[in-house]
This record gives sequence, C-alpha cells and structure tokens, in this order.
Amino acid sequence: MTEMNSVLPPLSERSNVLRWIRKNLFGSVLDSILTIIGVLIAYWVIKGFLTWALTTARWEVISANLRLILIGQYPLEQAARLWIGVAFLIFLGGNSIGIWARESRFSVALLLSPAILALLPFSSGPRTWLIVLSVTGLVGWWLGRSRPEVLRRSVIIGWVISLPIIILLTHGFTPVDSGGVLAIVKTNLWGGLLLTFLLTVVGILFSFPIGVLLALGRRSELPIIRLASVMYIELVRGVPLITILFMAQLMLPLFLPQGVTIDRVLRAMVGIVLFSAAYLAENVRGGLQAIPKGQFEAAHALGLGKAQTMIYIVLPQALRLVIPILVGQFIAVFKDTALVAIVGLLDLLGIAKTVLAQPKFLGLQREVYVFISLIYWVLSYGMSYLSQRLEERLGVGK
Amino acid sequence: MQNKNQQTTSIPFWRDERILDILGQILFVLIVLFFGFVIIRNMNAGLAKQGVSLSINFLKGVSGFDISESLFPYSRSSSYWQAYLVGLLNTLSVSIIGIILATILGVILGVARLSTNFIINKLAAIYLEFIRNLSLLVFLIFWYLGVFLKLPKVNEAILWPGDIILTNRGVGIPWGLPTASFPTFRLIMLFGLVLAVGVFFGLHIYEKRTGRAPLTLLWTLLTFLGVSVLGWFVLPEQPVTLDLAYINGLNLAGGKVLSPEFMALTSGLVLYTSAFIGEVVRAGISSVSKGQVEASRALGLNAFQTLRLVVFPQALRVIVPPLTSQYLNLIKNSSLAIAVGFPDVFYVSNTVQNQTGRAVEMISLVMLTYLAFSLITSAFMNWYNQRIKLVER
Repeated sequence: MTEMNSVLPPLSERSNVLRWIRKNLFGSVLDSILTIIGVLIAYWVIKGFLTWALTTARWEVISANLRLILIGQYPLEQAARLWIGVAFLIFLGGNSIGIWARESRFSVALLLSPAILALLPFSSGPRTWLIVLSVTGLVGWWLGRSRPEVLRRSVIIGWVISLPIIILLTHGFTPVDSGGVLAIVKTNLWGGLLLTFLLTVVGILFSFPIGVLLALGRRSELPIIRLASVMYIELVRGVPLITILFMAQLMLPLFLPQGVTIDRVLRAMVGIVLFSAAYLAENVRGGLQAIPKGQFEAAHALGLGKAQTMIYIVLPQALRLVIPILVGQFIAVFKDTALVAIVGLLDLLGIAKTVLAQPKFLGLQREVYVFISLIYWVLSYGMSYLSQRLEERLGVGK
Repeated sequence: MQNKNQQTTSIPFWRDERILDILGQILFVLIVLFFGFVIIRNMNAGLAKQGVSLSINFLKGVSGFDISESLFPYSRSSSYWQAYLVGLLNTLSVSIIGIILATILGVILGVARLSTNFIINKLAAIYLEFIRNLSLLVFLIFWYLGVFLKLPKVNEAILWPGDIILTNRGVGIPWGLPTASFPTFRLIMLFGLVLAVGVFFGLHIYEKRTGRAPLTLLWTLLTFLGVSVLGWFVLPEQPVTLDLAYINGLNLAGGKVLSPEFMALTSGLVLYTSAFIGEVVRAGISSVSKGQVEASRALGLNAFQTLRLVVFPQALRVIVPPLTSQYLNLIKNSSLAIAVGFPDVFYVSNTVQNQTGRAVEMISLVMLTYLAFSLITSAFMNWYNQRIKLVER
C-alpha cells in the first residue's frame, strides 16, 4: 500500500488548486451554472442569517431566561442537587472514556467543554459548577485510565444505578416543611432541558425491556403471544405519537381505579414508553433475525432450553448488533419529547411559551425558537457523532 | 430392553414443553382479559360518575364552532361529524401535497448529494445533516411564529414575481376561475384521462410483447395534455380564467389565499421529510454498482437511457420500502398541525372532544383514522413494491 502511494500520479493528474476547481466546479456548462447558483444560495442564506443574528436579533431574551430554559421552575436553592447529578454522570463518562476509549483525544476534549462554557460571559452564577464538572470528569478519566481492571465493574454498576440516583436527586424524598436534606420538588416545577432529558432517559430505559419482550414475542412460535405482539407493535406504529400522548393524558386517569391519580409528567412518560417500545421492538427484531440458525441449533445441541438459549446465546449477540440503531432511537425519542409541550408540559419547547409571555420579551419568537432548535440540534448531532466515533473504536455493530 | 422401559414412562405434564406452551398462552390470555376487564370497569365507573356513557350518537349534534379552512361548505350549525370530515379532508390534502413536494425536493437532494460538483454536493450534505438533527415540532413552530406570522402586514405586503403576495394574513397566489364552459372542459379532461390510461396499457402490452421499453409515462402524459389543450382551444370561451390575488383593504382577495397555518405546516413538513427522502434516494442510487453503468454505456446506451433503463429500475427496488415509511411518517407528522393551529383531523377532533367531553370516543376515532391511513398507504406501496420487485427464478 505504502509503495503504491509513494508513486506520484502523472503530471497532468497531480493536485493543483486551479485544476481541482476546473474539474470539480466548472466541468461543463451545466456544472458551472449549478456552481454559481449554489454559491449564490449559500451566500444569500449565510448573509441573511448572520445579518439577522448579529444586528437585529435581541439575544438578551436568552441570557435573561437561561435558567428557565435549562431547568424550568425548579427552585434555585435546590439547583445544587442537579449539578451534583450532572457531575456524577460526567464522572462516570470520564471513567468510561478512560477505560474503553483511552486513546480518543476528542473525548477528553469533550470533558473539558464545561470549563470552556464557563468562559462565556452569561454563565456567571454557575461558573464554579462548570469548572467542578470538568475537574470531576478529568479525575474520572484519570482514574479509569490508571486502574481500568479495578473500575470496570463499578462503572457498569454506576451506569445502572445512575438513573434512580438522578431521579431521587431531582425529586427528593423528605417533605418540604420538615427541613430535611432533600426536600421534595414537585414534578410540575420540573421543566426546560431537565424535563426533556428525564423524559428521554426514562422513555428509553423503560421501553427497552418492553421492546425486547415484544420482539421476542413477535418471533415466538406460540400463536397467541405472536398475535398479541404483532397487534401491539403495528397498532402503535400506525398512529402518531401525539395521539398516544393525549390518550395517556386523558384516558389513563379513566383506566385507573377511583381515587388513584398519577401526575402529568408521569402520564407523559407512560405515553413515551408505550410508543417507543413498539419501535424498539422492531429494531431488536432486526438484530434477532440476523442471528444465524446455527446458533440456535448449537445451543440446543448443548442442552440449553429455549429460555436459556435466548438469554445466554441469542440476545447478547442480537443486542450488540443493534447498538447503533438503538442510539438512533435514543436520538429520535429525544427529539420526539418536544411533543409533550402540546399536552401542556413545560419541557424545552413548552418553556418557550413561558419565556415569550413575559411582557419584556414580546415578539422575540425567532430568537427563542432558534436557540431551542440549536440546543436540540447540538445535542442530537453530538450524540450521533459520538456514537459513530465509539462504534468505530469499539467495533460494535459489526 | 431398558430403552423400551424408559420410553413408556412419559414426561410428567409439568415438564412437557407442548403442554407448558399451551398453559402459558392460556395464562397470558387470562391476564390480558383480567386487565382489560379491570380497565373497562374503571372506565365505566369513571364515566358514570361524569354522567355519560360510551356512544357515538353525539357526533350528530350541532358543532357550534368555526373552522378556518374547509374544502366543502361548513358552518357552525353543521354537525360534529361534518367537522370531523373537514379535518379529515384537510389532513388528506396536506399529506398529498406534502408527499408530492417532499418527493420532488428529496429526489433533487439525493441526486445533488451524488453530484461530482463539489459545491452542490456539500450544500446538499449540509442541508441533510442540518435538517435531520432538528426537532420537527420546533421546526414547524419556528416556521409559523418566526416566519409566516412575521411577514409584513397586508398594506406593506411583499410582492414576488409570478403575482405572489406575501403577508402575515397569508400568501396569495394566482388561481383559475372556472367559467360557464368549465363543465364541458371537465368532461374533455375526463375523456383525455381515459384515453391516456388506454395508451398506458397499450404501451405496457407492447413492452411485454416486444421487450422494447417505450417512454410509457411520457406518452401517457402527452396524450392527456394533448387532449386537454385541444379541448381548451376548441371550446368557444376559455374554460378557466386566471384570477390574480390582490390586496383589498386589510385583507387579501381573489386568486387563492393560503393561510399562514397551512403554509407553515406544509413547508415545515416538506423541508423536513425531503431531507430523509434525499438520504433514501442517495442510498438507493449508490446501491447500483458502477459496473452496471459502465456495462450499459459499453452496450451503446446513452446517459439518459442508462439512467432510465438500468440505474433507475434497480435503485427503485432499494428506495421503495424506506420511502414508504417516510410517507407514513409525513402523514403521521401532519398531526403536529395542532401546534400551528391548522385544522387537521387531530386538531378538529381535539376541539370536538373539548366541547363534548367525549375523550375516549374521539381519541379512538382519531387513532382509527390514522391506522386506516397507514394501512392504505402501506398496502398501496406493498403492491407497487411487488410490481417492481426483481423476479427471482
């Protein structure tokens, strides 16, 4: 290979800026016209956006409401709990990077990003916290790097218990007036990015086991189980998420026994879980179908029962195959959680209405929605980019 | 001898997988039935407390609310059922317009993504990557609140070439106004359509018999257009006159006025879905191996013939299944109309449900509607997929 590369191409094919431009931009008349139109469109769009963003846009609506956008009405004096939760996640993330992706400079740079955010002018209050986040992440990374064997198990346990810990931290458990350490913060105060994040994580985590069961059910040899799974999956995939969310909001309370009430955030979570499970089931089914028949036969020959074959032989391989698709599903759920704004929850999108209702910031829809789109975009793009990098590194999905 | 003895003692039934399977399923059905029973009992109790019971008779009642856009005459004295039909037709029209426009834009994007022109290629790539990571709902709301409602007032309207008027009250476009001879013209167009279908099947049979592939679609379209144009000039007066939109005081009049809600929903859905369709088209075209193109060029086919006879039929097989799911996504996503206030079936049903308190019935009705849409679309696309599928021997 190296020898091939060291041979220079003939003089006429060596790279040369002018020749490259001629070949790639002005190959023919049509090509030239397209290039010019393309450049004009790009110039027009970029110029239009930049003129607006730098001159007419009033970004103070964002800096004044940043807390609202990030955590909603969550009481400020309790915000330290959220920071601790994020720090815990970053510590685990740093640990995992140290153990599994130790060579990746990009991931380490990611750990430093909170500290870089702290340099921005508007984050005066939480600046210390942002620096603490970076430090925790780097400490986690260093620990994971120096003692990977010892920490491997504890990190996995850490990830497993992270969700209950986060929810416990966010919700609290002592009554408000008792003056305990973690006072209860009612879910109607949760909002902004915090609520979007919790809805996504809960949605994916709880829909995962249901989705796997549905996928197994759809592949089952038992006719009734198969029929029930197929019906559920196709029914849910045939209707829009918003109808399921409305069903969860309006019909779920009717289905429960008298006197039992569940709050609105929980209802939305139920809706998202029910919806996402059907899509997850189809993804997992794809993985199950990719497992060669020989695996089943070999497991059978070894004397494993049906359940054992599934748990020890088929599922681990199938789930490993579909990890990239599951990341895609996670991103899709993240983007779909915006729909809870329609049923009146104050998530990242819903909080925009609250922000825009302030008399000081009337008519600033463009600024607010551009900023919120930006948050969704950066997080979705970041997640998909990160997962691609990790896939290449770990060789999963191959 | 010992073997025979062992065989006669059968497996006890609690370890016999066949019996366990049946028992397990019976148990499953019992659990489902039990929960279904509990849910229905709770629901009935809850409804009884509210003083209602499940029925769809309320749909005959007078609706008493207005709907901003409707394809057939509707007023507040019409029934709930008619309101639902208005919403249904609105959903259908948005979906059909959206699917057509998104397909056109998506194909352009997919082809641009494969272009050797660096600028075009990268612009398409940036567009796809940008749109695919946005949240559709935020995108739609941005188009509504950030673009179409931010257009200037009627008296400061922006005029675009082609007599398009952009205002915050809506977008006015030229539209045809039928004259007295329009019914006759409609008959002529119908005749043209029948003739075109005849040409289509005739050419299809010709293709089957001779193995030559005539430009079936082109000739079909030309037949239809030819008959229509002929009819246009044969009739004593023009069947349709051009009606331009104009500004009338504080409102738009004449032509066709597209509401900001409709424009926001359609443009948002089209731009969003076209990015996904573009990706599907790109994957489909690049799935056709280069050797196919080279071989057909070597056989003397020109670039257009190569595309039409070799690349396209093969790419289509890869494209159609994911394209179907994108179409279904667009139809389902049109339910987000509620966020921009366009009266689609979900929005209207929600209003009905708010007025009557019939949550269970209306949500079930809407879900059934979307299920029917999904089933019809996938049935049609499956039929099409069967038709173009590779015939394997």
